[in-house]
Amino acid sequence: MEMPRPNPDVLARKDEIIRRLQAVMPKDAVISDAVETRAYECDALTAYKCPPLAVVLPASTEEVSAALRVCHELGVPVVPRGAGTSLAGGALPNEDSVILGVARLNEVIETDYENRFIRVQSGRTNLSVSGAVEEAGFFYAPDPSSQLACAIAGNIAMNSGGAHCLKYGVTTNNLMGVTMVLMDGTVTRIGGAHLDAQGLDILGLICGSEGQLGVVTEATLRILHKPEGARPVLIGFESNETAGQCVSDIIRAGVLPVAIEFMDRPCIRATEDFAGAGYPDCEALLIVEVEGSDEEIDEQLEIISKIARRHDPVELRQSASAEESARIWLGRKSAFGAMGQINDYMCLDGTIPVSQLPLVLRRIAEMSDEFGLDVANVFHAGDGNMHPLILFDANKPGDLERCEAFGAEILKLCVEVGGCLTGEHGVGVEKRDLMRSQFAPHDLEMQMAVKDVFDPDWLLNPAKVFPLDDSAGRRIAAE
Amino acid sequence: MVKRLKPGTEEELAEIIRDADGPLHVMGGGTRPIGRPVDGDELSTSALNGIVHYEPGALTLVAKAGTPVADIEAALKTEGQRLAFEPMDHRGLLGTAGSPTIGGIFAANVSGPRRIQCGAARDFLLGVRFSDGRGRMISNGGRVMKNVTGYDLVKLMAGSHGTLGVITELSLKVLPSSRSTGVLLMEGLDDATAVRALSQALGSPYEVTGAAHLQRGMTGHPVTMIRLEGSETSVAYRLSELGKRIDAFAQVTAETDPELARAGWAYIRDVGPFHDRAGDVWRLSVKPGDAPGIVAQVDGAEAVYDWGGGLVWLLVPEGTGAGAIRFAVSEKGGHATLVRGDSTGGAFQPEPEPLAVLSAGLRAQFDPRGILNPGLMG
Repeated sequence: MEMPRPNPDVLARKDEIIRRLQAVMPKDAVISDAVETRAYECDALTAYKCPPLAVVLPASTEEVSAALRVCHELGVPVVPRGAGTSLAGGALPNEDSVILGVARLNEVIETDYENRFIRVQSGRTNLSVSGAVEEAGFFYAPDPSSQLACAIAGNIAMNSGGAHCLKYGVTTNNLMGVTMVLMDGTVTRIGGAHLDAQGLDILGLICGSEGQLGVVTEATLRILHKPEGARPVLIGFESNETAGQCVSDIIRAGVLPVAIEFMDRPCIRATEDFAGAGYPDCEALLIVEVEGSDEEIDEQLEIISKIARRHDPVELRQSASAEESARIWLGRKSAFGAMGQINDYMCLDGTIPVSQLPLVLRRIAEMSDEFGLDVANVFHAGDGNMHPLILFDANKPGDLERCEAFGAEILKLCVEVGGCLTGEHGVGVEKRDLMRSQFAPHDLEMQMAVKDVFDPDWLLNPAKVFPLDDSAGRRIAAE
Repeated sequence: MVKRLKPGTEEELAEIIRDADGPLHVMGGGTRPIGRPVDGDELSTSALNGIVHYEPGALTLVAKAGTPVADIEAALKTEGQRLAFEPMDHRGLLGTAGSPTIGGIFAANVSGPRRIQCGAARDFLLGVRFSDGRGRMISNGGRVMKNVTGYDLVKLMAGSHGTLGVITELSLKVLPSSRSTGVLLMEGLDDATAVRALSQALGSPYEVTGAAHLQRGMTGHPVTMIRLEGSETSVAYRLSELGKRIDAFAQVTAETDPELARAGWAYIRDVGPFHDRAGDVWRLSVKPGDAPGIVAQVDGAEAVYDWGGGLVWLLVPEGTGAGAIRFAVSEKGGHATLVRGDSTGGAFQPEPEPLAVLSAGLRAQFDPRGILNPGLMG
């Protein structure tokens, strides 16, 4: 993975930069010690590491603004960081960049049940947003699997989804407003406690912009009352095609489950060895969850089971209690841990039209043979958001490269069949160079022109999202 | 002499924009003339017509921008699906004729009562192809529901009223229609009590898909309406449970006649109470709890509340100055748009400084010559 050559002029002025940052920040909020900055050398894409020039940990919008103003004036690149759980290298620093971490911005500012929103500082973790409103029976809907650790700031940067977005949508559908600081320190407020922000949909543009347009310090989020209950049905099939057809039939029948999860045989076997959830040994497994009162759940599960029975399932297990539900979810929830036990893995998240599932799974299996690397599939089937986990051995020379090449082929296939490179993890550095397989040059040019408006000097997370060659002119002109 | 241009292909449309030497008045079916009037040749997408791709099992549809909304809705109906965000038909309120297009719906981000539960039009737009102000065709998004590949220009195009680019084709998410509908009705509530009752309903687990209050309902008295949708058993259950939760506010009656329910919500969606009545019409987006107070500040106003109070339609005497309405709204947070009335002074809420700078910067990038609906949103 190539990163731009660090700006020698910035490296040479390290002491001055740190002195200037210290002048506007509390003493313990600026980290420049080589040992301590090491903690920020990577995010969850651990294959790539680089300690930053310095780290700042502001505790207010004003401090964020002050730090950015200094970096802007001195021409120092800034890499915003939520909780560092990005799988795409979204928070990977460069040698000449300052990491701006939002971890200290973790307060709840306002909770309003009458008007159904919560306003939080952006470093607050996803799960603790729901935690703050749980007692009143409310929750915040987007639920990425990293929700225990990941920050709202990162959720906004990557437009995070989760297992339940078939019904509740992703971050952009639940974000009502932000306070955002631009690279030059300007503080802007967009949207708020009302629906649909005024003017151009800049809020929609910010969401998923990978920290390249501004640093979000506060967010107003829509909260919902929890459903009365939720229960899944587990259905096993002898082929991926049948499982794919069943998903499509459920959707066409007019039932809108809250989640439809799909696991293939390699994944089922690995999770069985790891968690022993009692899954059938079959080619494909669906977990379909619905919500409502007990009666409403029974009615919907019956419709789903009826559809599934038409496809000769090898197993059909309707949950009738919280305990049975937990058992059905156990394997799915431990899928990533189970794969981690076997080997190192790379997790992709290309998204495809649901009808292409069988074809794509078949091609992935063929490629797995060609590349000589095992792959397991677990994904959100209702919305076509795949999660192929490619297993490799990080200690074996050449394995990582082979794994990346395999991953790139899968993602190109996703684009070919009408899908996209990433559904919820973001482009980061990981998929940067694949952007040309999805976009024509002028499509990318239009997107980069948007960054020119927010960050004309290309200082904010500059080496992400766009192929380095394409952004080179802008980045170098700024130096 | 104003030319009326209706290109039949994307290439022709892009060429018209490339060759334009003056402003273009971009429109779909021309049924929603909202915003400051635009001089210049008319450029309509109405000849870019047709559904390109419809995959009911994936809940996605691709259509050319000028496809009549009626054609899309008819195609969806055969599969038991619908445009869940329930787009408003502006013809009755604005006295316009013609055929609303799917491109127009998204260009104006038009949503109806169900927005409160399932999201706005912009939340259902998955991908766009558009020509920018240089006549360059740009693609963004796709036809999948989850996509964070590059910047979301799809959202930016939604609600930009043709000022950043001209949408030629779009893909959208659709949802299953519900099998049955039930409505809870309360009569005689004042605005503040009604909004509190609606908040109570929206804060319940019963998935309210419509929450409105009319100061003057069809009978001339205040009426508050709450909609529940789903299977017959489920609707019956929730009507009963929710009814118990809100009966402290007023006597609650339940209506399950499908035709009455449909007509009632179409009346709210299209702001029926203000059809064929003199006066200017404003559309306010505010925090629901602030709505009654804001309405009370505007002299001589009549209000229709939707989205649990978050959306307010105001009928005011013709020529009522924007000042009092904008002041009342901006003091609390939110925005007001003049939808019917003399818009030569501007229809949209002026943006605060940093946002205005960003918007102007974006316009300069997308439409450097400033020829696409210039000034319409300004």
